[in-house]
Amino acid sequence: MDLNPSSDDLAFRDEVRDFLHANLPQSIRDKMLQQKKVSREDTVRWHKILYAHGWGAPSWPAEYGGTGWTATQRLIFDTECALAGAPRLVPFGHNMVAPVIMKFGNAWQKERFLPKILAMDEWWCQGYSEPGAGSDLASVKTTAVRNEAGDHYIVNGQKTWTTLGHWADWIFCLVRTNREGKQQEGISFLLIDMKSPGVTVRPIRNMHDVHHVNEVFLDNVEVPVENLVGVENQGWTYAKYLLGHERSGFAPVGFHKRELQRLKDIAKNEMLNGKPLISDPRFRARIAQLEIRLQALEIMGLRLIWDQEQGKPPGPDASIVKIFSTDLTQAIGELAMEAVGPNAQPYQPAAQYLEYEGEIAGPEYASGLAATHFDNHKYSIFAGSNEIQRNIISKMILGL
Amino acid sequence: MDFEFTQEQNLLGDSLRRYLAKGYSLQERTRAIATPRGFSDDHWNGFAEMGVLALNVPEAHGGLATGIGNPLDTLVVMRELGRGLVVEPVWMSAIVCANVISASGSDGQQAALLPSLADGSAVFALAALEPGTRYDFNHVKTTAKSTGGGYSLQGKKSVVLHGAQAHKLIVSARMSGAVDSGDGIALFVIDRNADGVSILDFETVDGFRGADVTLNGVVIAADAMLADASSGSEVLRHAIELAGAALCAEALGIVEALTEATNEYLKTRKQFGVPIGKFQALQHRVADMLVAVEQVRAMAYYAAAKVGGGDGGDGVVRTRAIAAARAAVAEASKFVCKNAVQLHGGMGVTDELIVSHYVKRLTMLNQTYGDYEHHLACYADLMEA
Repeated sequence: MDLNPSSDDLAFRDEVRDFLHANLPQSIRDKMLQQKKVSREDTVRWHKILYAHGWGAPSWPAEYGGTGWTATQRLIFDTECALAGAPRLVPFGHNMVAPVIMKFGNAWQKERFLPKILAMDEWWCQGYSEPGAGSDLASVKTTAVRNEAGDHYIVNGQKTWTTLGHWADWIFCLVRTNREGKQQEGISFLLIDMKSPGVTVRPIRNMHDVHHVNEVFLDNVEVPVENLVGVENQGWTYAKYLLGHERSGFAPVGFHKRELQRLKDIAKNEMLNGKPLISDPRFRARIAQLEIRLQALEIMGLRLIWDQEQGKPPGPDASIVKIFSTDLTQAIGELAMEAVGPNAQPYQPAAQYLEYEGEIAGPEYASGLAATHFDNHKYSIFAGSNEIQRNIISKMILGL
Repeated sequence: MDFEFTQEQNLLGDSLRRYLAKGYSLQERTRAIATPRGFSDDHWNGFAEMGVLALNVPEAHGGLATGIGNPLDTLVVMRELGRGLVVEPVWMSAIVCANVISASGSDGQQAALLPSLADGSAVFALAALEPGTRYDFNHVKTTAKSTGGGYSLQGKKSVVLHGAQAHKLIVSARMSGAVDSGDGIALFVIDRNADGVSILDFETVDGFRGADVTLNGVVIAADAMLADASSGSEVLRHAIELAGAALCAEALGIVEALTEATNEYLKTRKQFGVPIGKFQALQHRVADMLVAVEQVRAMAYYAAAKVGGGDGGDGVVRTRAIAAARAAVAEASKFVCKNAVQLHGGMGVTDELIVSHYVKRLTMLNQTYGDYEHHLACYADLMEA
């Protein structure tokens, strides 16, 4: 057993660091590190910089234009990007629909869709959840029925919690193509152009008044049959394959380290009884507790990566890491908010834009903390709520 | 990065597990605890034959250690000793004391002491902590005064595990400096039966033996000094960290076993006509126990990976890593203990099932050479801003 990085890994880390130092635009970096809003344009711009460097798809094999990196290299890349303040790559195209198309799509679909994902020319969103199908994903009700000519599906229904759907060009959807038999056996995997007539996007405002997620209404939307991935009624298999990929990135150690450093920096600036808050033994111990948990998470994450490199498919161990990691995200965000005391209270949405030049109540670093804390509630809910993860652990690992 | 153990390590762990599963039942353990020595001579010799007692003894003196301590082999072994709920003084003699002696003894001292430690013919115990000092190894009131050709020891040591059963005691004593200073602490090895040594022998709640040791003018020769006043504190510090990493591994063996036992119980115990493992409220508890087990595993591995390192001289990174590991292990293993008992219902609080014995051991382990608060405070002090 050896937990140290190899010299090759260290060299790769330095290469990534140098690249980030030279190429990450300052304005994007400032927004990320100061908790300001990152626009669609920022994200696309950063993605295209990576693409131009040949790093457009860190998780793809080289044959599709990806980097062909090992799991360890991907972890190093993700970690360095997070620490440097690079935006997270939009997962819906790169890490969700693309692996499904690679594995189950036909030659035309691969040629049509993958290059545009790679170059970030098309933004994807996820059409899984419905008003009546959240954790119980297999109960999707959105229907897709072939027209008389047999060349189109007519899609009717509603998707919800669609992250950044208002920025998306395409949506991949689970649709019901058969009402007979088991729920899981009548689902198909369909790719839908968001510009199709009958697609309506309605924003859902979060508790902290931010627009991330949407409802997507599908009203007699005509979808060419060539947009069906794989075999009709086999969509559940593809959906699960996709979720396996989704769950493999659950130990974002760089992100946690960046947020913990933010907490420490705040605690160095805030004063208690005339001394920096970070030197108060009780507050300092609370930070220490989180840093120790982060250390454990880092090892747990490395172990998942190691398993992956030994050829083990993503399994239920990822559920353990998901629970542990999302609890930590919430704890760090909450303590950072508590660290600024009364200055967490001013509600200043305008100050969440880097371009804002008006007056701000309280320290600059305090203005986004409550919003982040409230937003962090989503982590234990999305991508399979933590209760669903516990169900998976009970069933798959404990055999209960 | 590599999470695999070597073939030899796997073999060692497997054979130890088989040995303990076959011959180390709860009943036998209870019988051994009731003997005057408090453990089984047969098993002690068995561990010696398997090489378990030689793991932290340098090769030059008949042992198996090639570097500072032997953290990875120790991890593999201590995990099994945890699962086996072993009461023989392997940790105290063959890990704590072996590392103190090999880090501080002269060649002559090591040659005189270590072969008997490695073959089990002599048991060693560290008498370092004192009444009223909790876990502070630098708070030493016991004094060592020069007496012509040697030294005279005066003072009290408390909760010395296996102190009465040991043949030799390693004693920390102050030769100079303030009462809580790291400077001025020397280490000596003395016979447990030396004149002036009196011992209050007691059972511990987890089936071990402990001793309060009074040293009243114990006269020893000059060559009984292992570490002089300038190095005793540093020697102890690293040895205690190696021992701490070993405790993390023992905890791992216990939480794994406790969680397996609990899961098994949920599959067999029926209420309302179904196995209670069908109830989601209980399923989620065991799932959370498993999350805690993985936390213990991560930190036990982390401790073993870090504890051998010197990291640039002052050892801060190493000390901080062990503090992190022991704090995390304490927190997570408390959670496992509490829920293992709870999910076993009334049976969990009986003496009959091994569950309560595991829980007692793990609880006391988390108050040996530092508890959660102690290690958290240590970590917080050393945390980078």
